[in-house]
Amino acid sequence: MQGGLTMERVAEKNENLWLMVVSPGIWAAHFLLCYSTTAVWCAKVVGRDGPLGEARMAIAIYTVLALAGIGIVGWIAARRQSYGSETVPQAFDTPGERHRFLGFVTLLLSALSAVATAYVGLTALFIQTCH
Amino acid sequence: MNTPPGRDPERLGAAPGDVKPLREAPPIGVQHAQAERLLKAWKTPQGWRYWSAVNNSQVGLWYTAAAFAFFLFGGILALLMRTQLAVPGNDFLSADFYNQIFTLHGSVMMFLFAVPLFEAFSIFLLPQMLGARDLPFPRLSAFGFWSFLLGGTFVCGSLFFNAAPQGGWFMYPPLSSQYQPGIGNDIWLLGLSFIELAAIAAAVEIIVGVLKTRSPGMRINLMPLYAWYILVVAGMILFAFPPLIAGDILLELERLLHWPFFDPDRGGDPLLWQHLFWIFGHPEVYIVFLPAIALVAMMVPTFARTPMVGYGWIVLAAVGTGFLSFGLWVHHMFTTGLPGISLALFSAASEAVAIPTGVQLFCFIATLLAGRVVRSVPLLFVFGGLAVFVLGGLTGVMVALVPFDFQAHDTYFIVAHLHYVLVGGAVFPVIAGFYYFFPLVGGKKLSDRLGRITFWLLFIGFNVTFLPMHLSGLLGMPRRVFTYAPNLGFDGLNLISSIGAFILAAGFAVFVWDVLRPKGKQPYAQRNPWGAGTLEWTAEMPDKPWGIRSIPEIDGRYPLWDQPNILRDIDEGRFYLPDAEEGKRETLITTSVDAQPIQCLRVPGPTWLTLFAALFTGGLFIFATFHLWWVAVASGVLAFAIIIAWLWTGTALIPEKEEKNVGLGLRLPLYRSGPESVGWWAMFITMLADMTAFAGLVFGYFFYWTIHDDFPPDPSPAPSLFGLMLLGAVLLLGSWGLTVLVRRWNQGDRRAAFYGGLPVAVALAVAGGATLLAGPWHAGLDPVSHVYPAMVWLLVLWTVLHVAVGVIMQGYCLAQRLAGRMTARYDIEIRNVTLYWHFVALTVAITVAVIAGFPLVA
Repeated sequence: MQGGLTMERVAEKNENLWLMVVSPGIWAAHFLLCYSTTAVWCAKVVGRDGPLGEARMAIAIYTVLALAGIGIVGWIAARRQSYGSETVPQAFDTPGERHRFLGFVTLLLSALSAVATAYVGLTALFIQTCH
Repeated sequence: MNTPPGRDPERLGAAPGDVKPLREAPPIGVQHAQAERLLKAWKTPQGWRYWSAVNNSQVGLWYTAAAFAFFLFGGILALLMRTQLAVPGNDFLSADFYNQIFTLHGSVMMFLFAVPLFEAFSIFLLPQMLGARDLPFPRLSAFGFWSFLLGGTFVCGSLFFNAAPQGGWFMYPPLSSQYQPGIGNDIWLLGLSFIELAAIAAAVEIIVGVLKTRSPGMRINLMPLYAWYILVVAGMILFAFPPLIAGDILLELERLLHWPFFDPDRGGDPLLWQHLFWIFGHPEVYIVFLPAIALVAMMVPTFARTPMVGYGWIVLAAVGTGFLSFGLWVHHMFTTGLPGISLALFSAASEAVAIPTGVQLFCFIATLLAGRVVRSVPLLFVFGGLAVFVLGGLTGVMVALVPFDFQAHDTYFIVAHLHYVLVGGAVFPVIAGFYYFFPLVGGKKLSDRLGRITFWLLFIGFNVTFLPMHLSGLLGMPRRVFTYAPNLGFDGLNLISSIGAFILAAGFAVFVWDVLRPKGKQPYAQRNPWGAGTLEWTAEMPDKPWGIRSIPEIDGRYPLWDQPNILRDIDEGRFYLPDAEEGKRETLITTSVDAQPIQCLRVPGPTWLTLFAALFTGGLFIFATFHLWWVAVASGVLAFAIIIAWLWTGTALIPEKEEKNVGLGLRLPLYRSGPESVGWWAMFITMLADMTAFAGLVFGYFFYWTIHDDFPPDPSPAPSLFGLMLLGAVLLLGSWGLTVLVRRWNQGDRRAAFYGGLPVAVALAVAGGATLLAGPWHAGLDPVSHVYPAMVWLLVLWTVLHVAVGVIMQGYCLAQRLAGRMTARYDIEIRNVTLYWHFVALTVAITVAVIAGFPLVA
């Protein structure tokens, strides 16, 4: 599948920067969901000394979904990153290099987002009440 | 010198789609004629007209000078504080004056130095780094600068009238709302809001600049790391500053009109301010830090004589930090009594942000290890800064842990931590940047000898000042106290800190002398004096006003190292736009990912309009502070008229021809509209910021819902609200739909439909806005009585204000077409106005859904 033709196709592909920010975006959405769920739960449902109960379950579900989403993005990114034959540092003026570069950065961002999401999700493992 | 490290030029030259410079240089006579025409087009105005300049080199320079002047002012305030605190029970300053001084010190350093300085550097450097002649909206930069200068002078000047703000740089109510009735806090709120607008303007300019004005071939994987960082920072500004503007609006409404947003007696809650402030305030720390570290990312490869190791990893660090920094704000609020789980969420994110921050430092270290390091003054400051920053980062990880923060909160430990972070992460790299980039200003270097003296004075002075503060904080010394009792263990530590502060000040004095000392006899630096690889160093010493002689085709990350003969080819005009045949200022617009040229953009030249627009916009804010309502309104009307004149005479001009030959056999259009134009993107980005401010207000509504059982009240105090809000929404969405249709009719050149439709859209918008206002009015909601009516009024007023601006825009399009300045082909205005109306429609939908819909489900 290598060769000039494929290169041209990558060049013409209407590539944009949005995929890069999907994984961190999922992290942000996960973070906000966890925060607002627990805030509303503790303020409106069980009160300040109540148990977290189902809210912990909700955080667990959010976390699994978020990690799955980040995983998918990471997988797409990994495929782009390994496109063609070159490797890092993607420093040449070719469409293939740019394609691999965006894949590489997206992959790294997915890894960081996964770690950060896991950090945030872990809180529900340790904390059991609204206190 | 300038050896291409580890690069194979043949490999680079073989890149597909690559364009080579002209094989033969144009004849000398032609070159001279071209250069002369370029110089004439880009000539800096002389004499008193100099101040009408809008070119990025002038505006960037003024911006830098002004921000640095404010920095010195803030530094003098710090010295006054340290003098007061040198000994216990001191009466050098009164408590009241001390409050003004520490409030101004923090506010000046953050709002008038750290953020504006990054804007200043970017305006100055970015076009040079990208190989552009100017940023896409030079007049917007100039407007931002004059606004900043005016607002900053106003805020600082208040100190000389004993009228400065006293609420701390975070302005917490109820202290700032109920207990400090003087004018100072209004000056803070209005003066700084004005500057925040300037920051958003700069963010728009920078984002569009980075994405659309790169040299051809400078693909996204090749652009200078500085551009990556600045792109991220500008994006952060869009989402960080607007919540503060929303908070400012709430607090000023409470101070001015007694709307009870933060008054618990009437349903308000001071904690909402803390949320809005820190949603801004924490990303702000990274908005300050990332641009400074971006300078380091430009200097390290130069002095290591090798490309940056881990370019992709640094992009990860910049983008990752940009996101994670928005999940940290509550770590400033650990002691406010939020549920433990909330604290834990933010603590987790605060620990996570250390990862990308660390990654970039390792990349720098790896680059320095991989290369052959050349000793220099800028690098000295980089090392010093990184050492100091790492210490501040480590105490940051400490205070991100909730139990430790409970102990350290509001003590001098925090003062030490934040100064280690900001001085190490921002001030030292910025001074390094001054030494490094100074030759670009006047063609002359700063002194190496004075630079080393400065460094050691600053480094020693800084540590002597702030290291003891860790201890005085752990011993229990609280922040923001104007004095302390003797024999509590603070005496010696404070005296040491004060001595250190004066050593630090001596360092800055040497630095200022180095910058200002007459350099008449000193020879010009050689071109590219540090042997760097990036495009800003194509500048001649001293530089010419044209930015770059011809716009090159880029093949690598370090063009001066990678591309043989690039300097010669640029100088001889062998690349794009080597001429200004029509005597106009022009630069290239390229695609955002691959930097393929798509347009030759004409940018405007010198004007007084921007200065006066800023002056009268400032008048609106400043006179309002003193409750001089009519003068304020008059000033606002003048500002409005000038801005309309600016738009009418200077934007979206119809070119005399469709296309132009930009050299190397390429013909590019002179006019593009819609998503292909820079103006459309500027509108889009501005409206993202606008929607973020709106989201801050809506957040307020739901915040009150979580803390009250009867918010919104049940039964509704205003049953008629529902119907009127819905009717208003229908009318306004009708106006939006019609605007979209009108845009199409214009495109199809259906004149009758255009001229018939647009006035109807205006009428619908006016009727819809009036109906929205009639809702709370008819229901008799009194915004002073309780926070619920205040919130409803606020959302309605926000929406109606946007509708009003939308109506003006619709009228503007009508006038433009009538005057023949907008046609079916040249339709930038109606395209951008339609985009604006998309956002208005969204605002209307959300407002009505919240006010009329949410009570039904609550």
